[in-house]
Amino acid sequence: MSPFELVRFAFGALRGHRLRTLLSVAGVAVGIAAVVALTALGEGARRYVVQEFTSLGSNLLIIMPGKVETTGAMPFGGVAHDLTIEDAQAIAQRVPGVVRTAPLAAGTETVQAGDRGRSVPILGTTAEYSLVRQVTVAAGRFLPGGQAHQSGAELVLGSKAARELFGGVNPLGRVVRVGPYRFRVVGVLAPKGRSLGFDFDDLAFVPVRTAMRIFDRNSLFRVLVEVRSTDALPEAKKNVLQLLRERHRADDVTIITQGAVLSAFSSILAVLTAALVAIASVSLTVAGIGIMNVMLISVTERRAEIGLLKALGARDRQVLGAFLTEAVVLSSLGGLLGLGAGMVAVRLFVDIYPTFPASPPTWAVVLSIAVSVLVGGLFGVWPARRATRLDPVTALTGR
Amino acid sequence: MMLELSGIWRRYVVGDSEVNALRDVSLGVERGEHLAVMGPSGSGKSTLLHILGCLDRPTAGRYLFDGREVGSLPDDERSRLRQHEIGFVFQFFHLLSRLTAQGNVELPMLFAGVPRDERRQRAAKALEAVGLTDRVHHRPDQLSGGQRQRVAIARAVVMEPSLLLADEPTGNLDRASAVEVMELLEAMNRDGQTLIVVTHDPDVAGRARRMVRMSDGVFVEESG
Repeated sequence: MSPFELVRFAFGALRGHRLRTLLSVAGVAVGIAAVVALTALGEGARRYVVQEFTSLGSNLLIIMPGKVETTGAMPFGGVAHDLTIEDAQAIAQRVPGVVRTAPLAAGTETVQAGDRGRSVPILGTTAEYSLVRQVTVAAGRFLPGGQAHQSGAELVLGSKAARELFGGVNPLGRVVRVGPYRFRVVGVLAPKGRSLGFDFDDLAFVPVRTAMRIFDRNSLFRVLVEVRSTDALPEAKKNVLQLLRERHRADDVTIITQGAVLSAFSSILAVLTAALVAIASVSLTVAGIGIMNVMLISVTERRAEIGLLKALGARDRQVLGAFLTEAVVLSSLGGLLGLGAGMVAVRLFVDIYPTFPASPPTWAVVLSIAVSVLVGGLFGVWPARRATRLDPVTALTGR
Repeated sequence: MMLELSGIWRRYVVGDSEVNALRDVSLGVERGEHLAVMGPSGSGKSTLLHILGCLDRPTAGRYLFDGREVGSLPDDERSRLRQHEIGFVFQFFHLLSRLTAQGNVELPMLFAGVPRDERRQRAAKALEAVGLTDRVHHRPDQLSGGQRQRVAIARAVVMEPSLLLADEPTGNLDRASAVEVMELLEAMNRDGQTLIVVTHDPDVAGRARRMVRMSDGVFVEESG
């Protein structure tokens, strides 16, 4: 009996019990759909984070004031020194491999344009920032470069902030107020969307010293350091730390690199995905037991058929094959259906949250099909063996 | 001698007690014979048929089929023997309700690995031989009792076995259908197939050239 004939025979038998077949197929389908959907979400979360970080640029060092990793009190009672604009300049000038640096001061304040006001994050930085973060200006220009302008009164608006404040009017050259300070709008950014929690469309850039004055800060929020290449990162990081140690006479900054954060997130999310798969596999086990149940009922109900097949000369191996094929056909149908349902669910999810790149990884698709076949095989063996062991006389006479 | 039973015992254990369905039964059947086995229910006649059909194994004794001891053959060998040499006709037809008449007749060939086209042809021929050419695509529930038994006969002979075993083949049929079915079986017998019919109906048994009567696991009478 060829495999094709076996499958045809199995389909015939399954068609005889449509409802039962449908229900056990649905059981497997739910399990597989869960695996597909959950891995898609896990993988989506991982991709989202990776995307966010790579949009930062992979050759960046980010310096934060304060020592995050200290345990216990700082030795010699050191006080964290301010991270200053001069520090940023010194790094740019003296650390080999550093292309440029961008100091960053941050706060939230209301930008007032005529009678309209909007509370937005205000980032104080220099002209270098637009190069470090690849900021595109849609109209006008970014903050002017040079020392003299670090305390200037220029302001660059995000695209949404500009729209909200000025409506259809061209904001270039207009005057806005931030607190007591007056600024002239010199540029509007191209839409960029969110990145690492910052909505780049709804903020304003001002010169760094001005920002520190507005927010009454002595220390920068961050210093972004662009290094020549990713390979040069570790060396540059060491040298930056060395330089700042000399300038501050203490280890009082924290430097993070993309790679470290990225791999940490990535491994956390991989564990998350694995956990989701484990949860989903519980439902697959339940589905497998469902198939076993259905096949056991089938074997009991079809004792006469089994007896007949034996009387007609079917060998034990063929009876085993017939019932096992039935179980595998059941679970494979469920697998295919579940895969389709899972894909549709993911598709709907992506339609609702377009920024979330949910998509089942290839290994999950391959695995779920393989598992669905396996579930049928595994949970079908016992019922099929029971069918094989039936005594033909007992089976035929119903004793 | 085609079939040779000598000193056959079949013992069942039911709970704590032993039941002897067959007690030291010996029987010889020539090729082409038409034999009827009569007896009340529980007399052991069905057990005898199951042993003859290699569905059951004797507890003791020898069973020669064409001179070969088959009572102790391994399962697969006995399956092959049933497949090629033995055709069964049952009281309750045992047709698969999900298959058409054609599908039911194809069944033994399916498990014998006969290619699809050949299966079709042979099944059609077998159904023609039992006069059901116009019922080929009907399912059992669309057929009368007599028609069902004729499908079962077609299925039993489609592998061209040398031995045809019928267990109360008319037990579920009306008079007219019963006569039809018996005539069909006798036609197969005339074509050379050895026919053994188990029945408690004297009319059916009376059609055989030779008849044995069983009671309590032994032969009590032989005639013809």
